[in-house]
Amino acid sequence: MPTLETHRAIDAVWRIEAARLIAGLTRMVHDVGLAEELAQDALVAALEQWPESGVPDNPGAWLMAIAKRRAIDQFRRRETLERKVVEIGRDLETQEGPSAEPDFDAIDSNISDDLLRLVFISCHPVLSTEARVALTLRLLGGLSTDEIARAFLIPESTIAQRIVRAKKTLSQKKIPFEVPSAGELGERLASVLEVVYLVFNEGYSATGGEDWMRPALCEDAMRLGRILAELVPTEPEAHGLIALMEIQASRARARTGSGGEPVLLFDQDRARWDQLLIRRGLAALDRAARLEQPMGPYVLQASIAACHARARKPEETDWPRIAALYARLVQLVPSPVIELNRAVALSMVFGPEAGLEIVDELTQEPSLKNYHLLPSVRGDLLAKLGRDKEARVEFERAASLTRNERERTLLLERAATL
Amino acid sequence: MRFMVMVKSDANTESGGPPNEADLTAMGRYNEELVKAGVLLAGEGLHPSAKGARVKFTDGKATVIDGPFTEAKELVAGFWLIEVKSKAEAIEWVKRVPCTDGVETDIEIRQVFEADDFGEVYTDELRDRDEQLRATAAKRD
Amino acid sequence: MRFMVIRKADEETEAGVLPGPELFDAMMRYNEELVKAGVLVAGEGLMSSDRGAIVRFSGAGGPTIIDGPFTEAKELVAGFSMFQVDSLAEAIEWVRKWPVEDGHGNAEIEIRQVHEEADFGDVSEENRKYVRNVRDLIDGK
Repeated sequence: MPTLETHRAIDAVWRIEAARLIAGLTRMVHDVGLAEELAQDALVAALEQWPESGVPDNPGAWLMAIAKRRAIDQFRRRETLERKVVEIGRDLETQEGPSAEPDFDAIDSNISDDLLRLVFISCHPVLSTEARVALTLRLLGGLSTDEIARAFLIPESTIAQRIVRAKKTLSQKKIPFEVPSAGELGERLASVLEVVYLVFNEGYSATGGEDWMRPALCEDAMRLGRILAELVPTEPEAHGLIALMEIQASRARARTGSGGEPVLLFDQDRARWDQLLIRRGLAALDRAARLEQPMGPYVLQASIAACHARARKPEETDWPRIAALYARLVQLVPSPVIELNRAVALSMVFGPEAGLEIVDELTQEPSLKNYHLLPSVRGDLLAKLGRDKEARVEFERAASLTRNERERTLLLERAATL
Repeated sequence: MRFMVMVKSDANTESGGPPNEADLTAMGRYNEELVKAGVLLAGEGLHPSAKGARVKFTDGKATVIDGPFTEAKELVAGFWLIEVKSKAEAIEWVKRVPCTDGVETDIEIRQVFEADDFGEVYTDELRDRDEQLRATAAKRD
Repeated sequence: MRFMVIRKADEETEAGVLPGPELFDAMMRYNEELVKAGVLVAGEGLMSSDRGAIVRFSGAGGPTIIDGPFTEAKELVAGFSMFQVDSLAEAIEWVRKWPVEDGHGNAEIEIRQVHEEADFGDVSEENRKYVRNVRDLIDGK
């Protein structure tokens, strides 16, 4: 097999096998950093041998066998070193390493359990969000440091450092390789979902053209989300997250105009919405509903997205349902931005005055002081009420707050018509 | 990237007889692996072509031809739609399909057009069209 | 019932010729009708076979990989849709409305019924959990 083709095949095998490999090794050596090193060693061995021998029939097992052998060798060398130290009678400071003996002979536990443990440790709250994102993409997404760096438009060295420090933190704080207890599960899962959704949004908010690496982030996030839904199928929020991502992603083909400009939801050609993704998203929501638990934030957000997805035309949007969903969401997540969205939904149901009542209160909200959508929405509601002079002021204010050129133009154009 | 993975038909699949339990179980496990790996978007088995039809357009006029269609190798017996990082990854997944019946089986992998692929071309086409329209309009004036 | 609606390949699709604005618009409008009627479940265009591959299982040894392109255009798939309708006859009626711009009025569309119920017959208790409709597997049922 020509070497380039083999390299592509090896990359592909890595993408498929990395997470399980690292997860299984972590259980054995009790240290994520060491597990990743051993996995990388196995990858190097594959790069050396497979161009000659071809890709083995069971590549995952091959990689695991090599990694285990390396781990055993390393452990024996350490044992030998420690014995020598005792013999010489010197009190050398040994490097901080795994304290317990590696579990090489343990019966292969359920790989899904190990994967889940890896998910939770990569997203541990002791790590900063950025560190969690980098570590998760590396260990679970199988992305290289370079790929992560390019996707986030950050220097590779920064990402590399983040990952090194993250592994050190986990090691130093002796973070256990385990699935959180039932009491902690909800909170810990929320931090995992946050990481995945962050990756998705990084890709989703990027426009086309030069940001070509970034839409791939949506795929990476959805893949992680799907894996997660299978690992914790009894957690409705996991299904809520993948539902939300798939429904949002369903609009990808309709979101950009022919000139590359963003197209708002209500102006989109709905014939371009990906029906397969919509159906998958709705099915995921059904799955969450069947678990018969109170709706969490992701299920609620996905349900709102589903309302739009089900409407074949903007006029068919189920605004009362959306308003009700926002009302529940804002109780769980008291965010002024969510309240603003609720105001919009309410205005669609009861008329502009109903929305304006809420928006007027929100003008006092300090965190929305520089949020351009607040005056933009207010302007829209005022215009609908015929209060043109006030509306114009709001649109001009919104235009001054937005950093997006095209949006500024649109807002100024609206102001000019009043 | 999305890939369409199509299992080509053979005499067995066209006969419409029920598959044996061992094959079904193996395929079921494989499908489960695809789902757990987060790469499966859709997958379906197709009834033999005897239950199908073809609509052939000739100069815009449609003729309907009932199945079955004889050339089994031309037909699709089933498919998966997967979302993976590369063609190489699609190939790695397909290599793992449990093809146990001993009959030669071809599985075809084809890349799916994504949003961007059409977007760019459409823009070029539109631009060309606009240029032409403008040129025509200019000539008229 | 669901049907896979296969747009067979031709020389143009295999040459990688992309739809021009008229065909693109016509397909968009056709899709819009299908979506409004609740008929369209999925739809994708496939890139020419030179971007694809075949994984061939021959029973003896591992599978072999054959890179595209594959020679007989009419054997290949250029695109597919999935329709949800009440009968083959209804599927055929929808396909009759296929944009005539496609293939310059000379497109061939194949319609194949999708397996709905897993008509798998008797399966042992322990294997039952693997022998499931792929769709149910995806939906977590």
